[in-house]
Amino acid sequence: MTLAAETHGFLSPTGVEIVFLLTGLVTLGAAVITVTTRQLVHAALWLVVALGGLAVEYLLLTAEFVAWVQVLIYVGSVVVLLLFGLMLTRAPIGRSPDADSGNRWVALGVAGAAAVLLVTLVVDAFRTTWIDLDEPKGTTDLLGASVFRHWVLPFEALSVLLLAALVGAIVLSRKDGGAAEEPVEDPAAADDGGEG
Amino acid sequence: MSDVWEVLLTLLGVLVVFLLFPLVVGQTEHKVMAHMQGRVGPMYAGGFHGWAQLVADGVKFVQKEDVVPAGADRRVFQLAPAVALLPYLVVLVAIPFAPDGGVGEALDAGIFFVLAVMGVGVLGSLMGGWASANKYSLLGGLRTAAQLLAYELPMLLAAASVAMAAGTVSLVGIVDGFEWWWLPWQLVGGVVFFTAGLAELQRPPFDAPVADSEIIFGAYTEYSGLRFALFLLAEYAGIVVLSALTAVLFLGGWHGPYADGLGWLWTLLKTGILAFAVIWLRVTYPRLREDQIQRFAWTTLIPLALAQIALTGIVKVVI
Repeated sequence: MTLAAETHGFLSPTGVEIVFLLTGLVTLGAAVITVTTRQLVHAALWLVVALGGLAVEYLLLTAEFVAWVQVLIYVGSVVVLLLFGLMLTRAPIGRSPDADSGNRWVALGVAGAAAVLLVTLVVDAFRTTWIDLDEPKGTTDLLGASVFRHWVLPFEALSVLLLAALVGAIVLSRKDGGAAEEPVEDPAAADDGGEG
Repeated sequence: MSDVWEVLLTLLGVLVVFLLFPLVVGQTEHKVMAHMQGRVGPMYAGGFHGWAQLVADGVKFVQKEDVVPAGADRRVFQLAPAVALLPYLVVLVAIPFAPDGGVGEALDAGIFFVLAVMGVGVLGSLMGGWASANKYSLLGGLRTAAQLLAYELPMLLAAASVAMAAGTVSLVGIVDGFEWWWLPWQLVGGVVFFTAGLAELQRPPFDAPVADSEIIFGAYTEYSGLRFALFLLAEYAGIVVLSALTAVLFLGGWHGPYADGLGWLWTLLKTGILAFAVIWLRVTYPRLREDQIQRFAWTTLIPLALAQIALTGIVKVVI
């Protein structure tokens, strides 16, 4: 017995669609709290909820691989890096009155514009297309074939970009590399720095 | 209805394993440490070799007062032990233990699932370390984060190597494809994986985040009673998960004589031996200093893991 209607539409949602919507609401709520809370570490922890919610959405769309990578990279590494950075600073418990950068309204404008743009784009691109998910569309197999057959050039371009970022990070963090650009005080030191 | 019962039964089985195995490992640790150090430890509770000492410890933990420091961030502080413990429960579902469907839930991208969820557990330590409002806890949290960032990479690379060898990222598929000669072929990867896993669990010799002679007990300094016990349980559950994963990925899981009937026993045996090795390392190796831990990860484990991936690739192309 199936409870879903024969035709697909907004008025006859299946269980998965309802869960998808609710998770979306939770994700949105967590994201809004992330950018509005005055407690720095809480913001990072709400970000975990938002990113985790996104992973659940991927799961509901049968994109299992993307979901786990989302958890692995964002929750497991990026947020840990964020928390690490916060702990290196004061990371006070309780509210930080100076946590507002003054860009609040500009940020809201940019976020709103981006949201409108994306929603318009997605709605316009797919219209009333119905993608049947009874047969998983995001398995590792399909995804791997798609990335390394049809999208291999963007993939490689991205990895070069990441490599550039990596090299840049090393250059920035090298002490002798920075010395060469600073105003010269000791000619001998500048010579040494020039080699690095 | 049989589907529902099957799922419930699976979950119940996972829960029992989750509640039982960490305790067994904990008790084994007490006994192994005692014997390796030439002392007997508690011998009276329960009669035979003091087996009930662990139960008594549990009762003691429950009776203790659950203190939240006045300056702490209350909710985050109280939530942290659950965040540390639950990921290991979830991970157990995906680990295959016997041939032909001997797994809680066969996931398409099992290896990613397992590593991703294990990484989440560290958030518990970070939350606890920050929310305790204690400088030593904060230092412990910092060290935990630094350690995770350093050791996540070699662990992933080693797992990627074995996934390349099997040609699949499904844990079930990897065990199914296992041949005996993978053992020497993936040896380096296995050692890297196991070592990085030890570091991620903050087990000795990588226990600088909880170094009691330097920072009391790191992120867990302010915890008491049941919440502290949950953190301890998370550590032992982590040992079980890491040992089982290493056994499945690098030692062939259920492969062995009479695997059709005794597959589960082979998994259990291999997991047990690895868990013993974890305890053994704790008793025999001194703690590494914080900078040594970082240097070991970046200059030893990552090059080794990359070399293993290169080797795997070459052999894979040749055969």
